[in-house]
Order: sequence, then C-alpha cells, then structure tokens
Amino acid sequence: MAAHNRPLSPHLQIYQWQLTAVMSILHRGTGAVLAIGILPFVYWLMAIAGGEASYNQAHGLLASPLGLLMLFGWTFALFYHLCNGIRHLMWDAGWGFEIRTVYQTGYAVWIVSLLLTGAVWAIAFWK
Amino acid sequence: MKRSFSKGSFRPPLGRVQNLGSARDGTEDFIRQRLSAIALVPLCLWFAYSMACLSVADYQTVVAWMQFPINTVLLILLIFVGFYHAHVGIHEIFEDYLHSPVVKALSMVAMKFALITLTVASVLAILRVAL
Repeated sequence: MAAHNRPLSPHLQIYQWQLTAVMSILHRGTGAVLAIGILPFVYWLMAIAGGEASYNQAHGLLASPLGLLMLFGWTFALFYHLCNGIRHLMWDAGWGFEIRTVYQTGYAVWIVSLLLTGAVWAIAFWK
Repeated sequence: MKRSFSKGSFRPPLGRVQNLGSARDGTEDFIRQRLSAIALVPLCLWFAYSMACLSVADYQTVVAWMQFPINTVLLILLIFVGFYHAHVGIHEIFEDYLHSPVVKALSMVAMKFALITLTVASVLAILRVAL
C-alpha cells in the first residue's frame, strides 16, 4: 500500500505561525523550563539549611551575571505560565472561545506577564 | 467471521486487547492539574514577591523569613503543590514526545523518583531551618 504517496495535511514547516499556536507551545515550553527551575530552587533551600557559608556560596552563584540572566528567564516563564494558565482555566470554564476574545486574552497575557516580571525585578533592585 | 463488538462500545476487539484508546482514568489527572493550578496562582505570586524582597538578603534575614510561620507553611505548600503540578506536566510531555516504550517507562520512573526525592529533601531543609 503506497501510503507515502497520499497527500498530507500542512505541517509545522509550511503552516503559518500565529499568536495562538505560538502561545500554546510556549505554555508547554515555559512549563518545562519551570520544572527544570526546581533544581536551583531546591539547591537554594538546601544551601540555607547548610548554614551561612553554603548560603553565601549559593547566593553568589545566583547573583552572578549568568545566574541573574537565568533567574530573569525563570521569572518571565513563571508569570507567562501563570497568566496563560488562568487563560486556560477560563477556557475550561467555557469562556473566551471567540476568535476576537482568544486574541485579546492572548495579548493580555503578554502584557501582564511582562509587567509582573518588570515589577518583581524592580522590587529586587530597589531593595 | 462475525465481528463481535461488546455492548455499547465502538472499539474493535483487536484494539481492546492491545490496550489502545482511552484508559478511562485521564479525567483524574485533568482535574488534579487544574486544582493544583488554581492553588499555585496565589502561591506563586507570594513566592515571586518574597524572592524579590530577599534578593540581597544576608543569611540571618533569609533564616528569619523562613522561620516565620506563614512563610514556612506557604513554602511547604508551594513545594507539594508545585512539584505535583510539575509531575503531571512532565508526565504529559513524556507521553507526547517519547515514543519508545522502554525510554518512556525509564524516563517516567526516573522523573517520579527524582521529584519525590527533591520534595523530601526540600521539606527537610525547610524544617531544619524553621524548627
């Protein structure tokens, strides 16, 4: 049976990217990134339990340029996943399926998650 | 040969013995993922704010923060609920992208063992500081 000669539906390479698709895969992507973020979080907790020296070492590592960059990424991933998660919960409740609303809530997720990320880093630097 | 579908099911016999199709317990995961998600909204906002406040804190400040009862409770809740939510999410990702049954099974087991170990380790670390 020549199954490979059958016409295929358009796949990712040919399908035009749209906000909805990008935001959908980003939700999973940020979720995976946050799951990896469990490791530095647990390291930080164990460093505190280990005493002052180990805490200072962990703090130095996290406050290094690379550490700060990664923490910034995790902050955005957290707020994106949180905001888009609320969008998902609204869909679960049956609200917001009209194309117009889907795009409005989509843009709202970007704005709110960027604002929250900015707010957290503003607090962190003002301290 | 007469095709024998069981009453009320459209699944063919071959598919049934090969365990294809719904395992009938996916709804539980779905509900738990949503419940943990709802709980994580306030927990994550509190966590992000706390971390921002502790950004340049010295050791004594962090310990005092962790010993404060509300923070101890919320931190442990965040670990249980958050790690559980991560577990459901990674499970879903592995199910979708890992196609070899052996790789999938080994990754699932490793992920579950790792998350349970990390949960116990973090709760112990918090209690050691807080108690």
